Amino acid sequence: MALNTDKNSYTVIFSVMMVVVVGALLAFAASALKGNIKDNKRTEKQQNILFAMGVTDENDPNEFVPAAKADTLFKQYVGENQYIVTGSTAQKTIKAFDIDVKKENDKLKNDPSYERKMPLFVGEKDGKKYYIVPMRGNGLWDAIWGYISLGSDFKYISGAFFDHKGETPGLGANITEAYFEQDFIGESILDENGNYVGVEVKKGNADPKNTRKDDNAVDALAGATITGNGVTAMVKKGIKMYMPYFETLK
Amino acid sequence: MAEVQEKVETKVREPKEPLFSKKNKKLITDPLTDNNPITIQVLGICSALAITAQLKPSIVMAISVIFVLGVGNVVISLMRNIIPSKIRIIVQLVVVAALVIIVDQVLKAFAYELSKQLSVFIGLIITNCIIMGRFEAFALGNGPWKSFLDGIGNAAGYGVILIIVAFFRELLGSGTLFGFKVLGDPIEKTGLYAFGYENNGFMVLAPMALITVGIIIWIQRSRNKALIED
Repeated sequence: MALNTDKNSYTVIFSVMMVVVVGALLAFAASALKGNIKDNKRTEKQQNILFAMGVTDENDPNEFVPAAKADTLFKQYVGENQYIVTGSTAQKTIKAFDIDVKKENDKLKNDPSYERKMPLFVGEKDGKKYYIVPMRGNGLWDAIWGYISLGSDFKYISGAFFDHKGETPGLGANITEAYFEQDFIGESILDENGNYVGVEVKKGNADPKNTRKDDNAVDALAGATITGNGVTAMVKKGIKMYMPYFETLK
Repeated sequence: MAEVQEKVETKVREPKEPLFSKKNKKLITDPLTDNNPITIQVLGICSALAITAQLKPSIVMAISVIFVLGVGNVVISLMRNIIPSKIRIIVQLVVVAALVIIVDQVLKAFAYELSKQLSVFIGLIITNCIIMGRFEAFALGNGPWKSFLDGIGNAAGYGVILIIVAFFRELLGSGTLFGFKVLGDPIEKTGLYAFGYENNGFMVLAPMALITVGIIIWIQRSRNKALIED
């Protein structure tokens, strides 16, 4: 071919073309798929919240409810029982679902006087109430987040769900595994004097069968110290913000 | 990082070759054994350390790399005559990044579950030096079909090592395979654990992956003396 690919002008033209073509391609893909992706994220959030209150797949208690049923089941169990908590007051509104915990955290970080809007979902299953708290924190590589549900005594955890953006597969990523999440069920967030302490992810095979429910600790994951510490910090901080409001409900 | 080995057989107009000629078949089989990207070319070690604590993510990673390297090699090969050599590395990077992002978006829209499982691998694929290594060493100098075979072969060779390493790490480190407790329950003390066997917690950490790869290299070179460089 008689193309002189070594010329500077050719190189510049080539790179400009490449940027335009690839940019257009990616922009097209992103905008064409945006709607689908948004729907999927919404469904996922509903599945996560339902999972944290123990509503799971009929055949496998460690799996989410099927995506197709998530919307119906969410309406059935949670419906409009969504609140935005600020300080010790709460306002009932379905806008709570769309609150981005990450953005709220960032706003608080930039402006300590900002009154953080805290979404709270209240589910009801078999006559029992579940207060589901969304939370977000940092793992080893990137963000981690989760939902923890408390019973109406506001002392014992009745369900937990964790997820992460980029923890190491097979190590930190195991926080999404059911065996880790189930360890939180029944754990107390208060110490013996009734003071708030949260739940610690503790190393050293503290309680591998998780029989002690009042020790405020669950067994850590092997090889995932920093992710575990991240979960500890996230749970502690995440629930604490809601405690003033929970005190008024007791 | 990438140690570029064979600087490409020069382009000759060959007479029509059958699709699966002996030479083409070698493009696939060679990287599986005597020219393995991990054990011989020592490429792609980083991701081999990161994700081999369990079998399942290793297999997912192997499949993802086979796809990206197969398609990427073809794209680069088709463009090989128009890519300015001064910025060829950048072009390669753009191709692989664009490819991976598009795949990621499509998965997020149509196979959300799968994309959740792949999340962290997406980033790891772009940084995988095997991909850049094959673009640079093979696809820039060979036709699309050959490049495709070369891509599939090298990615498969990478995947095989990944799966072998993950097998030993998961078995010895956690006592499970694909999450099934094959050696008994370490907490209930059943199966092998009843006789005092313990999981080797060190196996789940990255350094043991390097040692496992080292042992594989050792075995391979002692079986085939031709691979030993002086």
